[in-house]
Order: sequence, then C-alpha cells, then structure tokens
Amino acid sequence: FTKRKLDQELLDELEEALIAADLGPATAARLVKVLGKDRFDKEITEQEVREIFAAEIANILRPVAQPFALKSLKPQVVLVVGVNGSGKTTTIGKLAKQFQAQGKKVMLAAGDTFRAAAVEQLKIWGERSNVPVVARETGGDAAGLAYDALARAKAENIDILLIDTAGRLQNKAGLMEELAKIIRVIKKLDPDVPHDTLLVLDATTGQNAHSQVEIFKEMCQVTGLVVTKLDGSAKGGVLIALAEKFKLPVVAVGVGEGVDDLRPFEAEVFGRSLMGL
Amino acid sequence: MFDKLSERLSGVFDRLTKRGALSEADVDEALREVRIALLEADVALPVVKDFIAQVREGAVGEAVVKSITPGQMVIKLVHDALVKMLSAGEETATAISLNAPAPVPIMMVGLQGSGKTTSTAKIAKRLAERQGKKVLMASLDTRRPAAQQQLAILAEQIGGRSLPIVPGEPPVAIAKRALQAARLEGFDVVMLDTAGRLAIDEELMDEVAQVHAATNPHETLLVADAMTGQDAVTVAKAFKDRVSVTGIVLTRVDGDARGGAALSMRAVTGCPIKLLGVGEKIDALEDFHADRIAGRILGM
Ligand SMILES: Nc1nc2c(ncn2[C@@H]2O[C@H](COP(=O)(O)OP(=O)(O)OP(=O)(O)O)[C@@H](O)[C@H]2O)c(=O)[nH]1
Ligand SMILES: Nc1nc2c(ncn2[C@@H]2O[C@H](COP(=O)(O)OP(=O)(O)OP(=O)(O)O)[C@@H](O)[C@H]2O)c(=O)[nH]1
Ligand SMILES: [K+]
Ligand SMILES: [Mg+2]
Ligand SMILES: [Mg+2]
Repeated sequence: FTKRKLDQELLDELEEALIAADLGPATAARLVKVLGKDRFDKEITEQEVREIFAAEIANILRPVAQPFALKSLKPQVVLVVGVNGSGKTTTIGKLAKQFQAQGKKVMLAAGDTFRAAAVEQLKIWGERSNVPVVARETGGDAAGLAYDALARAKAENIDILLIDTAGRLQNKAGLMEELAKIIRVIKKLDPDVPHDTLLVLDATTGQNAHSQVEIFKEMCQVTGLVVTKLDGSAKGGVLIALAEKFKLPVVAVGVGEGVDDLRPFEAEVFGRSLMGL
Repeated sequence: MFDKLSERLSGVFDRLTKRGALSEADVDEALREVRIALLEADVALPVVKDFIAQVREGAVGEAVVKSITPGQMVIKLVHDALVKMLSAGEETATAISLNAPAPVPIMMVGLQGSGKTTSTAKIAKRLAERQGKKVLMASLDTRRPAAQQQLAILAEQIGGRSLPIVPGEPPVAIAKRALQAARLEGFDVVMLDTAGRLAIDEELMDEVAQVHAATNPHETLLVADAMTGQDAVTVAKAFKDRVSVTGIVLTRVDGDARGGAALSMRAVTGCPIKLLGVGEKIDALEDFHADRIAGRILGM
C-alpha cells in the first residue's frame, strides 16, 4: 500500500466514503474530524485509515451488540414491530428455529391480520420449524388475536411466544395506536408482557431509520433492534448514529431469506464490512 | 426541515453584505448547506455532487431580486433545478405506456419487500378502472412463502384475474404460460410480479434477466422504497443494466422519509418516476409530481 499524507483532500474523500455508507453527514463529519485531529499531516495508507475507522465504529457499536436473552419465563413474550416490508415475518421464522434448537417450546401469533396472505406466510414459516401458529382469518382484530395467542401459550406451557404484527409507517398515528392497543390488551392477561419488543429495520433504509426508532420506541417501548438484508450492497451505516442516540441493543442481523440466515450482531464484523475490509 | 434549510441559509447570508448579484463565495457557502440538506434527505452522494455543480454554475452572478433575500433566492434556484432533474423537463407525469400489441407485458422488479406485489395489484386496478383494460396478473415469486397466494388474494380483492398457480413451476415457465393465457383469453395487459432480489445476487439477477428475455416486457418497472438510503444508486444501476428498466414506482411515499432516493434513481437510470405508492390499500397510488417530491426532499 502506498502511503499518503493525511491532508484535507484525503479527509474529504474519507468523509464521502462514510456518507456513501449511510452514516449521515453529521456522523461522518465527526468521525473524520477525530481522525484528522490525531493524524493530520502524517503519512498513512488507505488500509490503515480503513482499519482505524472500522475500529472506531466497532467501539461505538460494541455496547449495543447484545444477543437476544432467553429468560426462564413461561411464556417469554416477544412482540415484533416495524415498517412495511422490513422483514418482521421472516425474522420471526428464523428466530423460531433458533429458539427451538435451544430446546424451547415456541409458538407464533399471526398478528398481521391486514396484509394479503400474511397469515399464510407465517403459517409456512411455522411449518418449517414445526411450531404452532395461532391465527384467525384476515381482517380480524390483531389485539384480540394476540390475547388469544397468549392465553393459549400459557395454557400449553409454551416457553416463547413470538407475535407478528402488520407493517406500519411510524408517522401514521392511527396504526401506531393499534400497536399500543395490542400491548394494552395482552397486558390484561399479564402486566409484564411483552417482555421484549423488537423493532425490525431494513439495512437499505437511509436516514429515515432515525424517525422509525424514535417513534416506535416512544409508542411501544422497543427493547431491541434487528437489522435485516445485510447480505445486500447496503451496509446499514445509519446504525452508528442510532447506537449513539438511542443505545438500543441490536439483538440479531438478517443475512438472507433462508431459515438459518440470522446471526448475532458483531460490532467488529459490522465495522469491517462497512469499511470494505 | 425547510425551516432548517432556510434558517441555515439565512444564517449564511446574514454574515454577508447584500450585493446586487450572487457572488461565487456567497453561492459556495450557501451550497454547502444545501449539500448537507440533500444528504440528510438520502440523495446519493454522486448525485448530490453533480446537482450542486449544476446549480452552482447557474447561480453565480444571478441577480438577486430586491423583494427576496439571497437565501430565498438560492432555495428557489435549488428547488427549480431539483424539479428539472426529477422530471427531465417534462411538464406532466409520464403514464405507463400500453402502446404495444396486446397482451402488453409489464414486469415488476426490485429489492425484497419494496412493494412489488402490492403495486402490481394497484396498477392493475388503475388500468382496469381508468382505461377499461383487461389485466392478467401473474406471480413469478416461487421463493417467498405465500407470495403467489398474496397476489391471487389481491387480484380477487380488486375483482381482477390472476394466473392459476401451478406449484413447482419455475419463473420463466410461469411467465410464458401467463403470456400464452393472456393471448388465448384476450387480455390487454399481463403484469408479471417477480420475487424480490438483491442487486448483487448474481444468480437471481440472472433469473430475472432470463424472464425479461423470454417475455420482452413493454414496461419494466423498478419498484423502490422512498426510505432507501445511499444504496439507491447501486440498486437502480444494477436493475437498469440487467433488465433495462423503463420506469420507477416509488412506494411508501405516505411515510415521513424525505425521499432523496427518487432523485438518485431518476439520475442514474434516466428513467421517469411513473407512479407513487401512498399506502397499503389497493387504491393508494398516485401520479408523480416533480414539484411535490422536490419540496419534500428540501423539507418544504
Ligand atoms: N436478502 C434478504 N431478504 C430478506 C431478509 N429478511 C427478509 N427478507 C425478505 O424481505 C421481504 C419482506 O420480508 P417479510 O418478512 O415479509 O417482511 P415484513 O416486515 O413481515 O413485511 P410486512 O408484513 O408486509 O410489513 C421478503 O421477500 C423476505 O424474504 C434478509 O435478511 N435478507
Ligand atoms: N405504507 C405503504 N405500504 C406499502 C406501500 N406499498 C406496499 N406497502 C406495504 O409494504 C409491504 C411489502 O409489500 P409487498 O407488495 O409484499 O412487497 P414486495 O416487493 O412484493 O415484497 P417481496 O415480494 O417479498 O420482495 C406490505 O406490507 C405492503 O402492504 C405503500 O406505498 N405505502
Ligand atoms: K444490505
Ligand atoms: Mg409480515
Ligand atoms: Mg412480492
């Protein structure tokens, strides 16, 4: 690798590379400023710069890299929320298999009572891991369905109940209120539920992820994030600013459409991938 | 955000003495703020750079009208340039073209979860209702669980027709069967809904290219989420290269994303944005208006 002086031109190039990875202009500028302060006018290779940023990004993300914690509750109730098409149903299908592999009795609730074939989709995921799916016909009341599912999970001694919900955009007050209602209604059976509320974010999303996390967190006490579609060309750089601002654990990442394509979130791996290492 | 941009710009210009025309220094300082605003709106960096260079050229030396501030002047120049870039100078929205022998094949492509299946049904409904077209919908998505069923249900909801599902049939075969059925049964349009795929997934990009070659669609619509970040350019380029996209459908415009992806995709494909998805419901489809999207990108 050829060495090059870390001058303003190189710093600008670096800032652009970070922006192109969805870090957002403010976060990119800040990271570059730190590097400039430490190393300005010194000789440096591109590889070194990438390593430095990857390490810095890993440092920022390490505190939020917390795998999903299984608790010994019967049942542990996990509500899965997010905008349309982010990967909620698929993530539930993947999680079901992982939990089952750990010897847990899993049940799924088809809480998306709106989208065409959402119930059928979740049923197929249930069949893949041979776990029961509680469902009603499309058009029904999601809160009622979730309530029924929790009652059944309790009666059947289930370890983990995963509740799917319809995709909804965070700026739609009516739909967000329906989510709050689901939570209110299941609390009637058990004030401690849901124990986990996972917000599923699509890695292809840019700066709107800020608004998604902010509003979903406000409306339904999100406890963790799942970032999907990291197998694509988008690297999910917005996560860095999200980690600093909201400090929500990132419990898993989606890296494909198959049942095994869910991984723990690793700060180092993420940082290196983002920097093209 | 418009407030933010105009605040920023007025901040910039407060420090400058008002002169008769915008100087190079004035413009550069103002455009630095515009650049940040565009990046925050998720316009892709290479597109931002081109855009800024273009606006700069037009703005330097421009006389500032007495009645407005230099900040307002720059915003107007930026807004007008955005509208121009988004619409390629065309005044009205570009409709879906059906100007080909029936049955006219229309193929829907894009990333996973972008809104292809929903948009397929929305467009079919619109063509049937507004133009009296007989539309056949076919799902070539043999991968996502219940994807074919999803389209069948949507077709039923709009009182339209979908190709009967033959389990296990591969995408190219489904597409050919759809065209043949449409020919035999006198359909005007065949809508081919494909599975979501990543732009870097060679195998699946090959598959969609094969479907394209086998059906020679009159329109190939790239369906993209308005919340897409910087990756919009990679995606748009890849699909344009492999299946010669003819238009863009931007979905989830009902959200609060600034929608910079619209500009990115328009710029790298040269294709018009044809329609906007503005909700989950089947009639939530609107024509594209460049000025509205421009305002939105600027946060106006
Ligand atoms: N490549 C890739 N595709 C994914 C991943 N996760 C989900 N998908 C795909 O993304 C699309 C949407 O996934 P769903 O699970 O249906 O998303 P959802 O959030 O439940 O969608 P709605 O219920 O309609 O809001 C499907 O085609 C999935 O196969 C991932 O990690 N990688
Ligand atoms: N709010 C909103 N939701 C939309 C819009 N278009 C589609 N959706 C929703 O987005 C989600 C995904 O839509 P689909 O049509 O299944 O997306 P797709 O591209 O076919 O997904 P795959 O086939 O899995 O790649 C569903 O929940 C739709 O209801 C839109 O314009 N606005
Ligand atoms: K990705
Ligand atoms: Mg779903
Ligand atoms: Mg689909």
